[in-house]
Amino acid sequence: MIRVDKLEKTFGTFQAVKAISFEVQAGEIFAFLGPNGAGKTTTIKMLTTLLHPTSGVIELDGLNPMKAQHEVRKRFGIVFQDPSLDQEQTAKENMELHGVLYHVPRRVRTERIEYLLKLFELWERRDDLVKQFSGGMRRRLEIARSFLHTPKILFLDEPTLGLDPQSRNQLWTHVKRLNETEGTTVFLTTHYMDEAERVAHRIAIIDHGQIVAQGTAAELKLQTQSDSLEGAFLALTGSSIRDESATSADQMRQFAKMWRR
Amino acid sequence: MSVIYILWLREMKRYLRSRVQIVVSLGQPLLYLLALGFGFGPVFAKAGGGSYLQFMAPGVVGMTVLFSSVFSGIAILWDRQFGFLKETLVAPVSRFQIMLGRTLGGATVAILQGALFLVLSLLAGFRPTHWFAIPFAFAFVALIAIVFAALGTTIGSVIKDMQGFQLIMNFLVMPIFFLSGALYPLANLHVVMRVITHLDPLTYGVDGLRGALTGVWQFNLQMDVVILALLATVFLSAGAYMFSKIEI
Repeated sequence: MIRVDKLEKTFGTFQAVKAISFEVQAGEIFAFLGPNGAGKTTTIKMLTTLLHPTSGVIELDGLNPMKAQHEVRKRFGIVFQDPSLDQEQTAKENMELHGVLYHVPRRVRTERIEYLLKLFELWERRDDLVKQFSGGMRRRLEIARSFLHTPKILFLDEPTLGLDPQSRNQLWTHVKRLNETEGTTVFLTTHYMDEAERVAHRIAIIDHGQIVAQGTAAELKLQTQSDSLEGAFLALTGSSIRDESATSADQMRQFAKMWRR
Repeated sequence: MSVIYILWLREMKRYLRSRVQIVVSLGQPLLYLLALGFGFGPVFAKAGGGSYLQFMAPGVVGMTVLFSSVFSGIAILWDRQFGFLKETLVAPVSRFQIMLGRTLGGATVAILQGALFLVLSLLAGFRPTHWFAIPFAFAFVALIAIVFAALGTTIGSVIKDMQGFQLIMNFLVMPIFFLSGALYPLANLHVVMRVITHLDPLTYGVDGLRGALTGVWQFNLQMDVVILALLATVFLSAGAYMFSKIEI
């Protein structure tokens, strides 16, 4: 479903992603782990048509994201690190707008909005403005929304950041269920090793722009002689703390966070 | 079409839901109308200009539309900060449609604000020459709204923070208003002022509004319409271009 071959991205003199290659099978849940600044978000941006690779090949469902931009966009759903809901509209209106943007026919749209909002336990609150929602509810709505156009691939960029364990647990239960019932391929990044171990079929660990290991959680543990995925992760990436080199977009994001209430 | 419509609809909903905002944004032009309209009234009449309220009310309608439309364009800044912009920019639709939906929505909001303010002016004692002058004036309200909503979109696509917004307000929007002939006649101005006022897009909008409502023209109908239509095309193109360059 996703094929990446010798993918590179260079910003000026900084090599954010260095010739990475991997494949994700249809229906698989694939976790992309790495310390801050390892190149996770840059990779997701390239996979989701938001950034031009410097070199290398990307295929999503057999298509090149840069050449068939709209076709590729119809095939994936994305939940960004930061919220992307319209807080001044209701849950249902947010879903409705997404459905129109992704050309989901009206009848399918109505049915699917009801199905997804019920599944994510938001149906009772469908006519409330998103600004009245808690962090967990907003996250759930974003994920429900990303499933609306029945994407073949779902990208989740640290979807559980800042959520309590209950919300995280519930969220992954829903994602797993949709992965099973709709066969959606899931590509996720997270800093919570327990989550990756619980939901992902396969894991790749990226550090300094390179993939340092990939396989199932059991394989990674065996490879590093660790008894936990966290141990394997630290063994592979070292335990020094990374200072993320902030791009202007990241600075904007920080700024936005300050203003957000 | 449905993409443009749903984004237009979003602007409408936001507008109708923010009742406080509607009242607040009419407050400033109302202050201008009442304080300046009645304050300068006697001086203006003494100078042989007739009723100042009659003269400036169309100008302040123009101001209401100007502010409202520029703000709606700059709202891209808020959508950027609250994240919603990303949702529209990764969708499988052309950026041009998104930009058009937003801009037309903002322009419609500005037209509604202009209509509300015209009612307020009538209550304050302003009288158009004919009642059918009102629909005629709305053609100009619509033109002004589109020109400045498109300008707002262009600016909103470029600036990234609140400082930029303040800068635009103080060094672009306020001068556009003050140099448009909304508050004073353009006849017999010093040559420097003459040139500046003629470069101001709002000048032609205000002239059209005043001409339509009270029959007093600095230029003429055709000239105002042609210039405004031209500016609308230019700003819409600039807005489309700048919007297409936004990176997320």
